[in-house]
Amino acid sequence: MQEKTFYTVTVFSENTVGVLNQITTIFTRRQLNIESLSVSPSAISGIHKFTITAFADTEDAMRKLVKQIDKRVDVLKAYYNTDEDLVYQEIALYKIETAKLVATSNVEELLRKHNARILDVSDHSTVLQKTGHYEETQALFDELSESIGVLQFIRSGRVAITKSRVERLSDLLARRELADLQDILIDETK
Amino acid sequence: MKEVKTKTAVITGSEALIRSLISEGVDTLFGYPGGAIMPVFDSMYDYKDKMKHILVRHEQGAIHAAQGYARVSKKVGVALVTSGPGATNAITGITDAMMDSTPLVVISGQVNSTLLGTDAFQEADVIGVSQPVTKWAYQIRRPEDIAWAVSRAFYIASSGRPGPVILDIAKDAQMLSCEYQYDKTTSLRSYRPAPTPRLEQIEAAAELINQAKKPFALVGQGVILGNAEKELIAFLEKAQIPFGWTILGLSAVPSDHPLNRGMLGMHGNVGPNIKTNECDVLIAIGMRFDDRVTGDLNTYAKQAKVIHFDIDRAEIDKNVKTTVSVLGDVKRTLPLVTERLNENSHTDWVDEFKEYEKKEYDCIIKNELYSETGPIKMGEVVNKVSEATENKAICVTDVGQNQMMGTRYFKFTESRSVVTSGGLGTMGFALPAGIGAKYGAPDRTVCIFVGDGGLQMTIQELGTIMEYDIPVKIILLNNNYLGMVRQWQELFYKERYSETFMQNPDFIKIADAYGIEARKVVNREDLDNAIAEMFEYEGAYLLEVEVETKGMVYPMVPAGGSVSNIILGNGYSL
Repeated sequence: MQEKTFYTVTVFSENTVGVLNQITTIFTRRQLNIESLSVSPSAISGIHKFTITAFADTEDAMRKLVKQIDKRVDVLKAYYNTDEDLVYQEIALYKIETAKLVATSNVEELLRKHNARILDVSDHSTVLQKTGHYEETQALFDELSESIGVLQFIRSGRVAITKSRVERLSDLLARRELADLQDILIDETK
Repeated sequence: MKEVKTKTAVITGSEALIRSLISEGVDTLFGYPGGAIMPVFDSMYDYKDKMKHILVRHEQGAIHAAQGYARVSKKVGVALVTSGPGATNAITGITDAMMDSTPLVVISGQVNSTLLGTDAFQEADVIGVSQPVTKWAYQIRRPEDIAWAVSRAFYIASSGRPGPVILDIAKDAQMLSCEYQYDKTTSLRSYRPAPTPRLEQIEAAAELINQAKKPFALVGQGVILGNAEKELIAFLEKAQIPFGWTILGLSAVPSDHPLNRGMLGMHGNVGPNIKTNECDVLIAIGMRFDDRVTGDLNTYAKQAKVIHFDIDRAEIDKNVKTTVSVLGDVKRTLPLVTERLNENSHTDWVDEFKEYEKKEYDCIIKNELYSETGPIKMGEVVNKVSEATENKAICVTDVGQNQMMGTRYFKFTESRSVVTSGGLGTMGFALPAGIGAKYGAPDRTVCIFVGDGGLQMTIQELGTIMEYDIPVKIILLNNNYLGMVRQWQELFYKERYSETFMQNPDFIKIADAYGIEARKVVNREDLDNAIAEMFEYEGAYLLEVEVETKGMVYPMVPAGGSVSNIILGNGYSL
């Protein structure tokens, strides 16, 4: 089988009801499975940002997907990136039995090694938090599972930011405004 | 930004809707009442003098009628349906409009906002269902949102690449009062209807065309939607570029234009299909390389440099990789390219098409149009009907063999003369679409070509024709089969005619029951006379022609095959 590439799709949209459904049906129709999803207000007021990860066989499939998303009326702009272009992070929470945690001799070593934090402690359970890439949050999960066991585990969707200087959407909006005002032949690079 | 302001008034949501529609210039709409849309129908009662509502017999018919109306009139088609089944019945038509880029505003009633999500009587998740098949879908739960949502809906439906919009209005939003003021929408932050033309694309396209020895243009509906027919002709004529048209591009240029080389695609003409794989520069203008046009993409125009003019960025490189894309409204981009073109002629190249035209005429067309013995043929009927209107009529077709014969053999003298379901291929489209076309172009003759299968899918619209006395000319090409499926069974399924034969009713009696003038023709010698009678008759007319039962549409590019590999039929080969 062809090796798939992992992509992060970033979508900026108006904050209207049903945009998520519009976006996900575009993935579904092309048989692209969403691996993770996170939605939040962007730096620009009233505009929401979706960060969606998925595997695709070809870059062409991703290019076409993003064009179809971009075409939706409520969407301002959609991009795709591979990991090299991005700074990205996930957060994971781990609930473990307090008694078992106390019984181990290496709590400090464990927390230091994984750069994890304790968020909450009660008689029966303790909640750890770790941020990092998928492999990193998974490594802590694997280690805890093998040693003292994990009662509950949850990992967030990816949040990502491009390595370039400013949020590209503001550039785009400014460029469009200029073009509208002057109605000239312009060179939109994207 | 220019804004048209109206005075503020306090009125009900349903009246706000009607007044908003009137503000958008709507004078005709198609619909069917029901519980959740009753307040709107009630308000409409007071505006009968300003807006004509056509009561169809099924919601699918309302949408197809609105499509027919929009396609011939340049206006937005409007349909009004109730919640639940009313809205779901509309979905086929809405999907059809999405595929064929037809501007529609569909208004559906919805249960009270307090009942949403409770599985209330006649509740359906209309937004959820329609989002993938609309350009925009919006649910209105408060009366004060009606005016702005209608304003957005018309702007979105008609701008850029047009498409259907659905507004789903909760019943309480229709009944409650609100302050009303109508402002026309002229822009939206998140929406770019037409990309601004880019100079380097324009120059690159002109340069490629200037260097071309064998340029060939593919004309699509984008030219018609962009009202760029004149700009297209200027472009083609300056460099003498031969062109083929897609099924929805038909009539963008008069049929007898000397550069017209015919229709593209599966049942298109031989020349333009063959030459697609021989040209050096292929110039696609407002078309989307549908699989019925391209056949197998791996063998499609591989030798050519491809220029693609389109308003929709997502169409570029979707199916065919372009050398140069020219994004933007063709009304603007075409003249910018034309002014950079050298005057040219490609006489030898144009002549190369003619040998295929002769071959097609000898092997197929002559027999289809001018047979003197044997049963009447579909193409023959279409050709005679077209000639009887001096090629001035609007040709509405259903789907299947009647569609291919209609689009192959009808001729056109003006733009917006074809109404057919190109992308979705919706059987049952023709009769209601023809009704809409007549309202959209009341001064033109509307000829509806339909098969015995398709007619029975929306036959209830004969009731609409009866009630409003709509003078459409219905030409029923009856071969007693689902002809196109039968043709495939003959060619590709070893003549196993699984469920394609139909026992039909007496169509003349049905027409009679609806009070529609009708006549059946079986013999060739009666055909001319019957066609003349149909056009002399002032009102609606159903002409049933018994055509050969096992007629075939040739030429044919088999699905997924190369456009160079064409079946001519009747033992002929290229």
